[in-house]
Amino acid sequence: MLPLKEKDKPIIQKLLSAGCCARCILRFCCVSVQAAYRKPPEVRLMLQTYKSKDAAESETSEDPPNKRAKLETSITDAQSEEGAAAVVKLKDGDSRVCVVCLGILQELCGTTQITEAVKAGNYEFDTLVLSVSLPAQLCVREHSCWLHVKKEVREKGLVLNKDDVIQVKEAFKWIMQGMVAKELGGTAVVTKVSPFEVSVEFTHSETDADCHFLAATCPDCFKPTKNKQSVFTRMAVVKALEKIPDGKFLKHYPCPPKQPTSSCSPQEVQCLRVSVFVAGRYNKFCRSLPQTPWVIDGERRMESSVEELIAAPILSAFRADGFNFSSSGREDVDVRTLGNGRPFAMELLNPHKSRFSKEQMKQLQESSDKIKVRDLQIVTREAMSRMKEGEEEKTKSYTALVWTQKPIQREDISFIDDIKDLTLDQKTPLRVLHRRALAVRQRAIHSMSTRFLDSHHFYLRLKTQAGTYIKEFVHGDFGRTNPNLCQLLKTNTDILELDVEMKNMVLPFLCTYWYLFAFKCIKNCHFSLKQNVK
Amino acid sequence: MESVEHEDTKANAPSVIDRYYTRWYRADMKGKPCEDHCILQHSNRICVITLAETHPILQNGRTIKCINYQISNGCSRLKNKVSGKSKRGGQFLTDFAPLCRITCTDETEYTIYSCIRGRLLEVNENILETPNLLLEKPSTEGYIAVILPKFEESKSITENLLNRDEFENIISKRSSAQSQPS
Repeated sequence: MLPLKEKDKPIIQKLLSAGCCARCILRFCCVSVQAAYRKPPEVRLMLQTYKSKDAAESETSEDPPNKRAKLETSITDAQSEEGAAAVVKLKDGDSRVCVVCLGILQELCGTTQITEAVKAGNYEFDTLVLSVSLPAQLCVREHSCWLHVKKEVREKGLVLNKDDVIQVKEAFKWIMQGMVAKELGGTAVVTKVSPFEVSVEFTHSETDADCHFLAATCPDCFKPTKNKQSVFTRMAVVKALEKIPDGKFLKHYPCPPKQPTSSCSPQEVQCLRVSVFVAGRYNKFCRSLPQTPWVIDGERRMESSVEELIAAPILSAFRADGFNFSSSGREDVDVRTLGNGRPFAMELLNPHKSRFSKEQMKQLQESSDKIKVRDLQIVTREAMSRMKEGEEEKTKSYTALVWTQKPIQREDISFIDDIKDLTLDQKTPLRVLHRRALAVRQRAIHSMSTRFLDSHHFYLRLKTQAGTYIKEFVHGDFGRTNPNLCQLLKTNTDILELDVEMKNMVLPFLCTYWYLFAFKCIKNCHFSLKQNVK
Repeated sequence: MESVEHEDTKANAPSVIDRYYTRWYRADMKGKPCEDHCILQHSNRICVITLAETHPILQNGRTIKCINYQISNGCSRLKNKVSGKSKRGGQFLTDFAPLCRITCTDETEYTIYSCIRGRLLEVNENILETPNLLLEKPSTEGYIAVILPKFEESKSITENLLNRDEFENIISKRSSAQSQPS
């Protein structure tokens, strides 16, 4: 039984003759029973009984038979113009497009496009959320129909608030959600939040101009856009409709709206799974590997990069579209990273697969003569921003292979071991000056130790403040780092090799699988998801 | 054994300049004989202006009396200030813009020129305090200035400069000219 009442009669009559479809009529009658929208044949039946006993316009259907969508309905036509119990019938295949929803609640309630796109994407998911984007002119047409019935309603001493009218979007979702869930084998189609979002978009170029008059009547609602996109956004149109007085609206726009000749066009269905974040540590053993791809003028100058090597197995296992890489500091191309490894985090964009066990994650840890990954785990979004945290406060350990111009002996370098907390004034090194501001930085070398190699070489281990330029300390950088090793040893010195030892580094992210689970529960309660598409 | 090793490593010694910089030269700057400048161009396009080893200041045991970065009434290279990553505010120099004037104890005066177009980033203040640096280490700690050419011009600025081979040609021509009886 449909929850329609006697008072709805005038609304139904007026909207039927205006060219509204059954579901839109239910919406204007504020029917909020979801099931009502899913069963159009019943709807038609019910509407019959509320059709005027007086002469009803016979709906002629001279349109050629069109393909019938799954849920298209038929209403029996009035055989005679005088009708006692008038019954309105639309011939089979009548595709008279609804003047309000432009077909969205009619033949466009098909699940095929959606289910095909979801299956083709081959995503791993438990739930999905449907999001719908409708052309802005639907608001204008809705407003027009509302004004159309407002008078009738008021005459009966009743009130029909625009806010009580069920939104097209809502009705569409009520219809689609159950069907989509069934087609996808029982997936829960949730209403609010899910990591997996399926977006459906409709356009209707035929009626795009419907909105234009609002720019003249409410110019302050429409800001000129920077991009080439239309200035008639849904939000702007809704705002303008709230402001425009009824009289003015009726002057510029037909009431009821004009009959369209076509339905909306569905655009490609977009599937997007919210980003997944992983983190870990890496060691670098190669002295010719940049952190990020080294490309100049479209040409790659150096093969591969740290981030690409780490991302490769992870990206393919998660079947993600792309990634954002962030590490806690970085080293030069020619510097090795030893010790526990440098922490890094990665955002995986639109991952088609997202569930991995600890064992499976271990399998994704890249290991070669260039790079070694460890402690790889799934973490939360916070991990990305926390990567950079505390970079300045850390102490770093380095090992450098130093060359001296003058020949040395063991005793010549032993004094270096006793130097504690040496403060350096380092001008921005010339090798990075093209992309950094010119400044003087004070940095501390906390301690050093030496290991004699031969008359022109020794190993120098240093514990320094984060941000110290080691290479410049060794060779002096044209005397722009003071004091420097050349001055201390009273000879020209140069650095042949540099390694950074990662120690004393607590992983900035502490989430283990347990924390992730707990966090997920909290998140599901009230968060809205931010989604990125590369 | 030791001395052989010493020679070996000295020969193979990779200097910072050799690894990262290309040496360019301008000979007889502004027509003045032998006032040769050496421009060290880093692979990131930053240039360091230095005296070439043939420059008169470095000959005949000269010592420096004073170095003056005030090149005119209104302009001192010491007042040069750059800010930010794009090095705003740096004085823009052309090829023949003077960087500083050096007076030696034997009253000879020399002007050091920019040699390239670009933005002045810094001048070497260490040589004001320790002029000997200029004499002892003209290619490194005794540098004169650091200039950043425009990105679009980073390749073209070397068109007017001599590379190492061309410079050595000129030097050898000079010595043969000198050895000829006038």
